[in-house]
Order: sequence, then C-alpha cells, then structure tokens
Amino acid sequence: MSEDIVLKTEDLTKHYGGVHALEGADFEMRKGEHVAIMGDNGAGKSTFVRQITGVEQRTRGKVWLYGDEVQFDGPLDAREAGIETVFQTLALADDLDVPDNLFLGREKTYADWLGPFRLLDYKAMRQATIDGLNRTAVKIPNIRNTIRNMSGGQRQCVAIARTATFHSKLTIMDEPTAALGVQETAQVENIIRTLKDEGEPLILISHNMRQVLDLVDRIVVFRRGRIVANLKKEETDGQDIVAYITGAKTGEEYMEHAL
Amino acid sequence: MADTSHGTGGLTFDKSKRSWPNELNILLALIIIIVIFEAIGQFAPYMRDQSFLFDTKDRFDSIFNEARLQIIVLQVAIIGIIALGVTQVIITAGIDLSSGPLVAATAMIAMSFAQTELVNGQPNPKALFGTWAMDLPVIVPVVIGLTFGAMIGAINGTFVAYLRIPPFIATLGMFLICRGIALWWSGGNPVSFPTDSYAFLGSGMMPVVWFVALAIVFQLIMSFTVYGKHTYAIGSNEEAARMSGINVRRHKVMVYMIASILAAFAGIVLSSKASTAQAGMGEFYELFAIAMAVIGGISLTGGRGSIIGTVLGAMVLGVIRSGFTYIKLDGSYQLMAMGAIIIAAVILDQYRQRNRA
Ligand SMILES: Nc1ncnc2c1ncn2[C@@H]1O[C@H](COP(=O)(O)OP(=O)(O)OP(=O)(O)O)[C@@H](O)[C@H]1O
Ligand SMILES: [Mg+2]
Repeated sequence: MSEDIVLKTEDLTKHYGGVHALEGADFEMRKGEHVAIMGDNGAGKSTFVRQITGVEQRTRGKVWLYGDEVQFDGPLDAREAGIETVFQTLALADDLDVPDNLFLGREKTYADWLGPFRLLDYKAMRQATIDGLNRTAVKIPNIRNTIRNMSGGQRQCVAIARTATFHSKLTIMDEPTAALGVQETAQVENIIRTLKDEGEPLILISHNMRQVLDLVDRIVVFRRGRIVANLKKEETDGQDIVAYITGAKTGEEYMEHAL
Repeated sequence: MADTSHGTGGLTFDKSKRSWPNELNILLALIIIIVIFEAIGQFAPYMRDQSFLFDTKDRFDSIFNEARLQIIVLQVAIIGIIALGVTQVIITAGIDLSSGPLVAATAMIAMSFAQTELVNGQPNPKALFGTWAMDLPVIVPVVIGLTFGAMIGAINGTFVAYLRIPPFIATLGMFLICRGIALWWSGGNPVSFPTDSYAFLGSGMMPVVWFVALAIVFQLIMSFTVYGKHTYAIGSNEEAARMSGINVRRHKVMVYMIASILAAFAGIVLSSKASTAQAGMGEFYELFAIAMAVIGGISLTGGRGSIIGTVLGAMVLGVIRSGFTYIKLDGSYQLMAMGAIIIAAVILDQYRQRNRA
C-alpha cells in the first residue's frame, strides 16, 4: 500500500453488546490532508476515534497507518506510533497541574535506571510547557494551578496544547472547540492552520459548520454508526452537508447499507 | 525562575498568594490539641500543675518531657509504617483493610525463621522448626517476611486491578485469610525467643527510626518520581491516566504490593519489639492506619494528600492517645474521641472539596 496514505480503515466495526456504535467504516486520508468528521450526537464519531487510538479494541476490521497494518493494545501504543489525540472527554488528571498533564505518561526523566522510581525532570517539563503554550498562543493564567481549578475552556486549551506540543504523524481532535469562547476558538483554529502549513495531517470532529468549511479539505459524514458521505469541500456546502447528517440524502457509494 | 504567569484577558495570577498547603492545617490542629491538653493540665484541679509536653522537674537540662514524647512517637511508629503504604493505596482511590492481619501473619512467619536455638542454655521452648531454622542470619527472616507481604499485595492488587473486585471487598477477604494464616502457622501457639540481631530491629527507638526513614523515602518518591506522579494521576482520573498511556493495572498492583510490603515490615518490627509473635497481633492496626491517613488529609476519593500529611495524622492520633491518658480519662473515652475525630476529618475533607470545585 502507498506510503502516501496516512490512515486507512476497512470494515472498522464496534459493537457494545447490542449497540452497533460503528458499522463497517471504510476511511482513507492522504498526507497533509485535513479531514472533518461530522454527524449527529451518537452517530459514532468518538467511537471511531477510540478504535483508531487503541482506547478500545475493535469488534472487527483493519487499520493501516502509513501503509503498515496496526493493532494497538492501548493508547500508549497509538501515541508511540505517532497519533496525538484530543479526546472529547479531554482525559486530564484534575489534581495535577498543566506540565504534569502535558507530559502524563511520557514524562521527561533522569536516572532512568531507577525504573518506575526514575526521577521527574520538573524544570525541563515546565520549560517545554511554557514554550508549547507560547507557540500555540494558548493562554493559561498559571500553569502551576491544578486542572480542577480551571474553567472548561482552559481545560480544553490544556488538552489541545498537549497534542500540539508534540510533533505527530496524525492529530485527532474530537470537538476541540465545544466549550470555547470566541477568542479561544480562533486560537484553536489557528493551531489547526499551523498544523496544515506544517503538513501535519488532522482529523477534526466538529459540529461547527463554519469552522469545518473554513479549515478542512474533505468532510466525512457519519449517521447511525455508518459513513454516509465523503465530500470534497469545493463540491459541497452547508445545506448539502446537513442533508447528509439528517438522512435526507445518502452518498451513492453508501446506498447499499442505507436504512 | 521561568515565567509561569500567562496573564490573559483580565485574568492575572498573583504569585505572592500561594495556596495554603493542607499539611499546615493539620499541623495547626496538632498544636491546638497540644495546647488544649496543656491547658487542662494547668487548670484542672485534679492535675496539680503538671505539664503535658514540657519539662516540669529538671527545667535546667531540657525543655520537653522526653519520656512522654518518646512514648507518643513509639506508639504510632509501627502503625505509622503501615499508614505510609495505605496512604498510597488511598491516593489511587483504593483502600487496604488487610494490613492488620498481615502484620500478624508476617510476624509469625518471620519469627519462626528468627528463633535462637538455646535460651539460657536450654533448648528454645517455643521452637517451631528443627535446628535447621535456628540462629539464621537476620536477613533470612526479613526477606521471607517481606516476600510474603509482596505476595499478599500482589494478590490484592491483581484482584482489584485485573478482576475488578472493589478494593474494600478484595482486601476484606484478604483480612480474614491473613488472620487465618496467622492462626494456622503454628497452630495458635506463640513463636518466641528471637536471635539478638532480629531483636535489634525493633528494640528501643528503632521503630521510630524506621518510620521516619521510610516516611522521608516515600515522601520523596511520591513527589519526585514517575511512580508517585502516576499514583496521583490514577486517583485523580483513572480513565485519563489510561488514555495517557499509563499501564493503570500494572501500576495498581505495584501500589498494593508496596503497601503490603510496608505492612509486612511493620510485622517484623513489631514481633522484634515484642520478642514474640502471636496470631492476635495487629488487631485494629488497619483501621488506625487508615485513620492516620484520613486525619492527615488523604482524600478517600483519591488524587490528593501526601506522606507528610499522614505523618502529621499519625502524630495527632498519638498525641490524643497519650493526652487522654495524661488527663486520666478512661480508654473507652479515648476510643469514642478518636472515632469522632476521624469522622470530623472526613467532614472537613468533604467541605474542602466542595469549596474547591
Ligand atoms: N462504552 C459504551 N457502551 C455502550 N454504548 C456506547 C458506549 N460508548 C458509546 N456508546 C454508544 O455508541 C453510540 C455512538 O457513540 P459516540 O460517542 O461514538 O457518538 P458521537 O458521534 O461521538 O456523538 P457526540 O457528537 O455526541 O459526541 C451512541 O449510541 C452511544 O450511546
Ligand atoms: Mg463524540
């Protein structure tokens, strides 16, 4: 398979008991491409992300990353393979501060021969956090504050800074601007544009039509666990997308599964 | 110092206003309690001008009443060693009820490899095994005891982390199992007369030395190592910890193992101090250890608290126990008062949490 294809899934499926949250998803994206996933609540968008990132084990189907078939045992594997994710649940530890959260699970350390008791390099992590926040222009009043004491938007900024601070082969953001104010949303959109300029591929899950049409190259629509449309930005508009989301329309190539 | 303030639209951070560490509250409580006992000693008619912690007789060579201070720290040291481990378990939002009986079981097992062959020229009357197990180097019973503890901890951790048994139930089961092991080991008979080197481990102020040394080590571990960071992360948000790539299950097993190894060590020190091991040892130790942690500000919902807090919690319990004896109050009142204090500590913790969120 071509190295040009960043991510490909074939028949990717996840059932929770009787709930068919994701059914036969065939998905493909190329180098440098920014793809949006849209769909109503419960359409299976986050489920799709969880199968790719090893958070859950899929019911069936195959996933390739840069041409290699992958089967991640856990989120750490996915991250080591170069997938950075902002989960919808944010996945932050409330009692830890910003640098701790940015580096959770991949701490900068020294005296590594101590194994699990290796020492944390707080200074380096704090510096890298400040650099990362400066580069992404994310504003946090005080990085030594615990996450618990932050507003919803600030927490979201921390989660986004966590992915944007590390270079990755594929970035996934699940509703990154859901709780953000106007300014913060603009910041996140700028981060996404920076990734685009740097040629880093991105999957963006969002309910915000303007944002999606502004930022991405292609839009994939999920409905009731299935992919129902794959639209180039130039060949579609807001109304068209809404028609797919609500089920008024279904893409021709997906007709056979239509309910 | 690097710039840690990122001022943003009207939100600026006042660096001079550092948050008040919870440990200071406990220290304050400790001082208030001491002052209360001091006051009762001074003014209560039946006390005749005694002092609780200060020296009243030989004022020239010392300020404090060392004898009472020694008793206080000695009383809490062994349970305090257990509390250091239980603190870590509670920080992961777990609980360990098995530590008291584990103390007894480990005391029995370790002591039976620490016996001396001849007592006053006569064969050891409490000998459990043949002469092959007599007069072994002290390292043998210690390693056997700690290995036993590690095994129990590994089982606790496996049940909690891999089989998803609630920690309360898993360790309650282990509570009974360990007490059973302690009784079964020698058929209910005490095991006594250790070698001199084994007896040294818990002699004099040695329990306090162990407690302080281990407290320092684990405070440093919890603050400055990956192990500590991950322990807090798991208690804060287990799902987030997992999504961040922490091997949560393996880590939990490690935490329960460390807690049980510390409890086993407490059993070794206790049997050494008493020069005997009995199946009924360590009764209520698990509860007092949990109480020390809770009084020390360790949140039962996980994620918050420190080893220093637990050490202060241990001191609070010790001072209260000794203080009640000092003002000549009956043991029954001591239990009631300690119960009330534990409940008060939990209420305080919930209050703090509500104010924070
Ligand atoms: N762990 C789970 N167990 C059972 N059902 C689940 C689980 N996770 C998700 N589901 C179900 O799977 C379906 C898809 O959920 P998913 O979270 O993927 O939706 P989504 O498209 O991300 O929606 P939203 O826009 O609200 O985030 C829903 O019907 C949901 O109830
Ligand atoms: Mg979702």
